Amino acid sequence: MFYLSIFFQYVGQYMKTRLQYRADLLVEIFSDILFQAVNLIFILVVFGHTQLLNGWSQDEIIFIYGFFLVPYALFSTFFNIWDFNDRYIVKGEMDRILTRPIHSLFQVILERMELESLFGVVTGIVIMIYAGTNLDLAFAWYDAFIFIVMVLGGAMVYAGIFVMLASIGFWSDARTSIMPMMYNIGNYGRYPVDIYNKAIRFVLTWILPFAFVGVYPASYFLGKTDWYFYAFLTPIMGIVFFLLAVVMWNHGVTKYRGAGN
Amino acid sequence: MDKYLEMIRIRFLMMLAYRTNYYSGILIYSINIGAYYFLWSAIYGGKEEIQGLNVIQMTTYIAVSWMARAFYFNNIDREIAAEIKEGKVAVELIRPYNYLGMKTMQGLGEGIFRLLFFSFPGMVIVSFIFPLSYTSSLTTWGLFAVSIVLSFVVNTQINLLTGMMTFFLFNNDGLIRAKRVIIDLFSGLLLPISFYPGWAQEMMNLFPFQAISYIPSMIFTEGFGGQEIIHALLFQFVWVLILLLPIQLLWYLAKKQMIIQGG
Repeated sequence: MFYLSIFFQYVGQYMKTRLQYRADLLVEIFSDILFQAVNLIFILVVFGHTQLLNGWSQDEIIFIYGFFLVPYALFSTFFNIWDFNDRYIVKGEMDRILTRPIHSLFQVILERMELESLFGVVTGIVIMIYAGTNLDLAFAWYDAFIFIVMVLGGAMVYAGIFVMLASIGFWSDARTSIMPMMYNIGNYGRYPVDIYNKAIRFVLTWILPFAFVGVYPASYFLGKTDWYFYAFLTPIMGIVFFLLAVVMWNHGVTKYRGAGN
Repeated sequence: MDKYLEMIRIRFLMMLAYRTNYYSGILIYSINIGAYYFLWSAIYGGKEEIQGLNVIQMTTYIAVSWMARAFYFNNIDREIAAEIKEGKVAVELIRPYNYLGMKTMQGLGEGIFRLLFFSFPGMVIVSFIFPLSYTSSLTTWGLFAVSIVLSFVVNTQINLLTGMMTFFLFNNDGLIRAKRVIIDLFSGLLLPISFYPGWAQEMMNLFPFQAISYIPSMIFTEGFGGQEIIHALLFQFVWVLILLLPIQLLWYLAKKQMIIQGG
C-alpha cells in the first residue's frame, strides 16, 4: 500500500513537471508516434516489392510489430535506466537513494519514469487491430487475459535484461556502451526469428531473449501452432529473467561503494 | 580562417581522447547492418533484383549508409540547444567569431575523426562479415567523396536550424528527436528512396533529406549512372544554397528577440 501511494505521488509530481512545457510534450508524443511509424512504413514499403517474408505475410509482420510495441511501451515507461551508471553511480546519486526506506530499484524506476511513452500501448493496439482485421483473426474471450500475461512477460524480459546490465554498474563504474548496443539488438525481436541464422536465433531465444517480446507471443494470436511452445514460455521467461535481475541488483547494491566527492 | 581550422583540430583531439567509446560504436553499427542484412536477404528471397539493386548491392548500400552516417552525423543541434538553455550562448555571441560557423567547424572536426576511426575500420570489419561489393572505379570513389561532403553540409545546416529553434521554443528536445527520425526515414538510410511508391518519391524530391544519405550511397553502390549522378550532385548543391536562406533569417530573428535563460 505504501509503495502504491508513493507511486501515485511520483506520478503527480511528474505530471506537473511535464505539463510545464506543454508544446514540447506534444511534440515529444508526436515524435514517438513518428518513430513507431518509421518501422511500419518500412514494412509497408518492403512488401510493395515482395509477397512473403520467409513465409510470413505483410499483415502478420505488421501484427508482430504492433504486439512488440505494447510490452516495449511498458518497458520504456518504467525502465528508463539506460544511463543508470552515469546518473546514479558516477555522480553518486545512489547515496541519496539508499538513505530512503523504499527498495532502491523501485525508487530509481520512479525517478526515471516517462509516462508519455505509455502512448505506445495505444499505437500498438491500433496496429494490431488493423492487421488483425485484415487477417480475420478470431479471438476467444480468454485471449484478452492471455494478451495481458504475454505483454507483462515480454515487458519483464526487457526489464530483466536492462536491470541486469544496469547492475553491472555496481561492480564496475567504467563507462560502457552496452546499453545502447542492447537497444539495437532488441530490434531483432521485431521480426520473425526464422529469418536469422541458427546462432542468432539461439541467442535471441535463450541468452538475450528479445524474441519473447515480439514474434513468440504474437505467434499465439496469429495461430501459428508450431510456435505455441515458445509462445507459452513467454511469461516464464519474463519471470525468470526479472527475478534473476532483482537478485543481481540486490546483490550489487551491497557492493556499492559510493563515488567520493 | 585560422581560428576555424583550429576549432576543427581541437574537436578532433577532444574526440581522440574518448576514442574507446568508438570501438563499441562500430559494434553497434555492425549489429544494425546485420539486422538489415538478414531482413533484406529474406525480402529478396529468390529475387535477382529489386528496383535495379541486387542483394549484394543492397547489403553494400546499407553498410555504406551506416558508415557514412558516422561522418555526417553530429549533435550540434543538441549542443546549440543546451548552450541556449544554459545561457552560455550570450558569451558565445561576444566572441570574435561567427557562432554558427564555429559550430559547423566543430561538427566537421567530429566528422573527420569518425571518418578515420570509425567509418574506415568499420567498413573493413563489416566487409569481412557480410558480402559487399566495392567499385574499382576511381571516378566513383571521387564522386562519392564530393557527395559525402555535400551530405555533411546539408545535414549540418538542418541541425543548425533545429538547434536555433530553441531560441523560440525554449525546450525543443521533442523537435530534435522528431528531426532525427525524419532524417533516418527520408534520407534513405533505412530504405533506398527508389523503393518508395511513386507519389512518395515525388514528394521527397521537394525536400532536402535524400541529399543526406540516399545520393552518396547510390553513387557508391553504382546504382546511379552517368546523367543521374550529375543530377544528384546538383540536387545536393542546390539544397546547400537554398538552406542558407532560412539559416540567415532565423539567426537574424533569434538575435533580435533573444531571451537569455539564466547564465
